[in-house]
Amino acid sequence: MANETLEQLAKADYEWGFTTDVEQDVLEPGISEDVIRVISAKKGEPEWLLQWRLEAFRRWQKMEEPHHWAKVHYPPIDYQAIRYYAAPKQKKKLESLDELDPEIRRTYEKLGIPLEEQKLLAGVAVDAVFDSVSVATTFKKELEKHGIVFCPFSEAVHRVPELVQEYLGSVVPQGDNFFAALNSAVFTDGSFVYVPPGVRCPMELSTYFRINASETGQFERTLIIADRGSYVSYLEGCTAPMRDENQLHAAVVELIALDDAEIKYSTVQNWYPGDAEGRGGIYNFVTKRGKCLGRRSKISWTQVETGSAITWKYPSCILLGDDSVGEFYSVALTARRQQADTGTKMIHIGKRTKSTIVSKGISAAYGQNTYRGLVRIQKGADGARNYSQCDSLLIGDKCGAHTFPYLEVQNPTAQVEHEATTSKIGEDQLFYCQQRGLSTEDAVNLIVNGFCKRVLKELPMEFAVEAQKLLGVSLEGAVG
Amino acid sequence: MTVPMLEIRDLHANAGDKPILKGLSLVLERGEVAAVMGPNGSGKSTLANVIAGKPGYEVTSGEVLFEGRDLLALSPEERAREGVFLAFQYPVEIPGVGNMYFLKQAVNAVRAHRGLEELDAMEFLQLAREKMKLVEMKEELARRGVNEGFSGGEKKRNEVLQMALLEPKLCVLDETDSGLDIDALRVVAGGVNALRSPERSMLLITHYQRLLDYVVPDRVHVLAGGRIVKSGGKELARELEEKGYGWVQAQAGVPVEAR
Repeated sequence: MANETLEQLAKADYEWGFTTDVEQDVLEPGISEDVIRVISAKKGEPEWLLQWRLEAFRRWQKMEEPHHWAKVHYPPIDYQAIRYYAAPKQKKKLESLDELDPEIRRTYEKLGIPLEEQKLLAGVAVDAVFDSVSVATTFKKELEKHGIVFCPFSEAVHRVPELVQEYLGSVVPQGDNFFAALNSAVFTDGSFVYVPPGVRCPMELSTYFRINASETGQFERTLIIADRGSYVSYLEGCTAPMRDENQLHAAVVELIALDDAEIKYSTVQNWYPGDAEGRGGIYNFVTKRGKCLGRRSKISWTQVETGSAITWKYPSCILLGDDSVGEFYSVALTARRQQADTGTKMIHIGKRTKSTIVSKGISAAYGQNTYRGLVRIQKGADGARNYSQCDSLLIGDKCGAHTFPYLEVQNPTAQVEHEATTSKIGEDQLFYCQQRGLSTEDAVNLIVNGFCKRVLKELPMEFAVEAQKLLGVSLEGAVG
Repeated sequence: MTVPMLEIRDLHANAGDKPILKGLSLVLERGEVAAVMGPNGSGKSTLANVIAGKPGYEVTSGEVLFEGRDLLALSPEERAREGVFLAFQYPVEIPGVGNMYFLKQAVNAVRAHRGLEELDAMEFLQLAREKMKLVEMKEELARRGVNEGFSGGEKKRNEVLQMALLEPKLCVLDETDSGLDIDALRVVAGGVNALRSPERSMLLITHYQRLLDYVVPDRVHVLAGGRIVKSGGKELARELEEKGYGWVQAQAGVPVEAR
């Protein structure tokens, strides 16, 4: 019976698989120093940034794709076949949201993004990234009152050049890894946030990424700086239309928290996962890292990863300041033929630094889910503490779950705890729910949401509701 | 003559590949409480699971009619929504899913099916509190995950609580008395008795007479070798308690299986 349901539900469609017909300003496929110069010129960037990009490109050319260690498999990527720039064509600067291309507006409406000003009530400020360029930023005025800078990255380069120059690449250097180097060379846009000392950001800041143009790699660059004693909560949502070919997404996110500052970064990732046979889908190769530079600073990553054909990401914390805190809460779901190799790195450098890792992996259909996490306690990190919990849930018997916890402790006063479990959604649990009148899908949703509860409760309320729905949608076709 | 609540005609069923029910016939009238008693391995739990539609059980021939309609044609959740309730012998745990949330989902799924409006959180909580008194359930258990860390007795109370909330027409209680101490048994039995009504029928599946001291059945059926071999009034239960099952099996020509 369960298998029939599986077959039946496997046909469930990706709900967000529409494309938008907008005139695009695109570059021919391929990467070279000239392409980078064109991108930089289109953005009117200062010379130092162009040089910084070129430096990254030269490093990238000498690097090798990290095929060997991650538990993901895909055919070689032809980097000369990718377009590195695609922007919706616009005649002039927009005065208000009403002037936005109606096609783009409609796309966002389908996605349910609160672009409208009246959504101010919802308390969400959105910086929407449509392919490579930020098309609209809302709530700027309200934020400016508090001295908060929240704008597209390309704008920040002009508005607050000294902040960008000081912190860009300070957490994820140009040569950090293959994909980060590629991003550093060709990134087109992203979000920038600066919260001044002592300011508690009055609303959740949000970016919605969407990949539209075919063969377009999306390379965003996000930089968030929380100055002394400030607080900011940042939400990132991602969707992509359906395409047969794979699209590369290689973003870099850098977070910096100074003394007593706190950054909460939440992601709900729903890139197109490919079809049931594994055709198409996004390659999500992302580098996310936060630096707790100041004392008593805190960086908290929460991610719900339901999309992408392949997810390769390890949102990490460098706990430099004494008494700083790093957290990583993750739900990664792989269904269809999706692969995820995800986890975190917690690098304890400062004294009495503390980290918490809670990872929930869900595998269904032919999904392969790997948790890979490093906890490193360096020599000077007296009294450092870590708690890790990694749980895997299997739905059906053709999927897989793998856990690779790495532990490097160089300080004898450290306390490190690790717990791990693997369980299977039992026929008995399903039947119990059905006997109480719940449908199979509702029953699976219920069980999965129960499993993820510890992570979901870390998300801001509205986001948590969306994440729950998304888990449900992603699992359609996975019950077995 | 009204249509019986449940009518089973010459039912043959396998658990996995193994034939367990071999020509079982049974009639349960509206409002009737009947006990199905039998030795281990006689097919008691198979009967309960076939009625509820558990995967892994295959009906090879025969009929099960619920209010005159073909019950076997319905999916497990449709049966539940139509009013068939199984109190499990071993209720499962669902970690992280709040007990109250689960019960609310279940109640609203059944209500939607019956064309009633869904209850909101406040209305549901009020209803649940009232029903919890019936089984003397602690508030604290309502806040935990479904059956998560519940004792055997607490799980059975939770089953009866669900039964009270879902207001089924047909209740099948699978060894609800097993693993209960005398106090818990009294509470659970009290809950079951409170739910007796002329509109509701119950099938009490049990090995022992014990539960029947508290929930007095209208009829007693003896199940052996996969069919009903003897039926009688409540005094039959006592007779079985005194003499064991051997004599009924012998009378019916059912070989006593080695256990």
